[in-house]
Amino acid sequence: MANEAVKFVWEGAIPLQIHLHKSEVASHPAPPPALVLAPRIGYLPLLVSLIKPYFKDSLPPGEDSIWFDYKGFPLKWYIPTGVLFDLLCAEPERPWNLTIHFRGYPSNILIPCEGEDSVKWNFVNSLKEAAYIINGNCKNVMNMSQSDQEDLWTSVMNGDLDAYTRLSPKLKMGTIEDEFSRKTSLSSPQSRQGGAEMDVAGQVKTARIPVRLYVRSINQDFENLEDTPEIDTWDEISYLNRPVEFLREEGKCFTLRDAVESLLPEYIGDRAQTSEEEGEKRTKDGSEEKDGSPMTGEIKLVRIQGIEMKLETPFSWVVNNLMNPEFYLHISVLVRTPQR
Amino acid sequence: MDMRKTADLFAPPMDPISDGRLTLEGFSVAARAFADKWKRHNQSFPPWSWVPLINRTLLVSNKQEEGYLSLEKIFILSSLEESPEEESLDVTPDFLDKEESIDHTILVQNVENEAHYYDFHIVYSASYGVPVLYFRGYCSDGKPLSLDVIKKDLPSSSVSLLLESKWTFITQEEHPYLNRPWFKLHPCGTEEWIKLLSQRSSSGGCQMPVELYLVSWFSVVGQVVGLRITLEMLN
Repeated sequence: MANEAVKFVWEGAIPLQIHLHKSEVASHPAPPPALVLAPRIGYLPLLVSLIKPYFKDSLPPGEDSIWFDYKGFPLKWYIPTGVLFDLLCAEPERPWNLTIHFRGYPSNILIPCEGEDSVKWNFVNSLKEAAYIINGNCKNVMNMSQSDQEDLWTSVMNGDLDAYTRLSPKLKMGTIEDEFSRKTSLSSPQSRQGGAEMDVAGQVKTARIPVRLYVRSINQDFENLEDTPEIDTWDEISYLNRPVEFLREEGKCFTLRDAVESLLPEYIGDRAQTSEEEGEKRTKDGSEEKDGSPMTGEIKLVRIQGIEMKLETPFSWVVNNLMNPEFYLHISVLVRTPQR
Repeated sequence: MDMRKTADLFAPPMDPISDGRLTLEGFSVAARAFADKWKRHNQSFPPWSWVPLINRTLLVSNKQEEGYLSLEKIFILSSLEESPEEESLDVTPDFLDKEESIDHTILVQNVENEAHYYDFHIVYSASYGVPVLYFRGYCSDGKPLSLDVIKKDLPSSSVSLLLESKWTFITQEEHPYLNRPWFKLHPCGTEEWIKLLSQRSSSGGCQMPVELYLVSWFSVVGQVVGLRITLEMLN
């Protein structure tokens, strides 16, 4: 039986308002935008069957090669929709206005997408990579029967948490269990295997956790999120596909902050605080410029599954409850880069 | 090099290289050693350069940068028409015979030749703990080449290696840092054949020194894309 947080993740959805790109409108009047509720843990290409009916009468003749953009910014289709939203909309926009294209795929920027098959391949690949990180090998995924793999994918596509909860124990992914995480997790604790070191009590001492970190850097001060400048290219976002080494020490809690800092060492220490926490605890940071702007960088915001996280949250709880179905934890971070 | 330092370079934490994997720090060391040896022994090729990732400093005492190796704009004159007797261009210089440092086999028969350029990047995969080869081909106008066209540029031996080997398969994926589609030689199984290589080269239970990791790795992987190392690099 899945817990509340996991249900929250699976039921999370983003209202989208999808506009057909004006160059592709071949009818008069132009069709109104499509309104679609997109699952956070899903992917944009999977929504095409819902969207196309709105526009098929307006399209110019020819073959479809579908892609999406946000304010002219092409969207990477293999990133879960919720992550795209958390990353690109500093101030959440509801509904989120996107543009769909049926022609002119930007193949110099985006890798090709052949609909559901591509998304599924990407999902299974990520699952294998996560398995490799957690267990040291991909055997658990490779050993899953073809029909189980299909069913697992279908459960993700359909947002069917019950089906997923039945099937995912077959994956035998290790999980973190410590006094800070909830007992229930997506995988059965009894089926934990893998290369992680175990201490006498059978609790995992060190583990590698699959994490995908998306860092958006802003080099100017801003008071409100809606004041953040718009993104022009993906080059403004640093993507880190790197496991977090989860360290379990007696009596110490490995927090989300510890995890993020291990991936972004340049934001370590007292300097690394979310804006909220800075208000609560004024540190005597002597390293300020005369004009008051900080010399060091600052983590402004950490978002997971649409939630603005407190950095002191135990990382084990975050992983067990907020990871995506392919066992990756996607973290969107907004940082303020240090002044030069 | 003392044993503890060596152990730090191979992951994780106490596993020797027989596990076939590298740490991020180990990759940096191995990469520079590889680039050095290549420069010294493979002079008909341009050298590999180390591309640092800006702002990414390794959390180690020597504060080395993270980065990847890059070899770009390798020129191949591609013939656009095929015939059974024609041999595709072999870009592997033969250094065993210093008299003839470059071996070209081009049969030009009333065909159009197109200039193709290739970029190769060796990037570290933190997930798999091994290096991964990314590559792409393009025309002089920058237009990217499809995998089918690229395969035609490869020596026939590479193509058969690709098709028959269970270790190598190529997918089109996004470059981990450049936000563009590149081709990637899949890392699955890398640590297994690295293990085989190090077992064969070691005697009396010595580990493969980390400086040779990329050389050994490339001795296999390079062949898939028609790039060869020289024997001297293995010393």
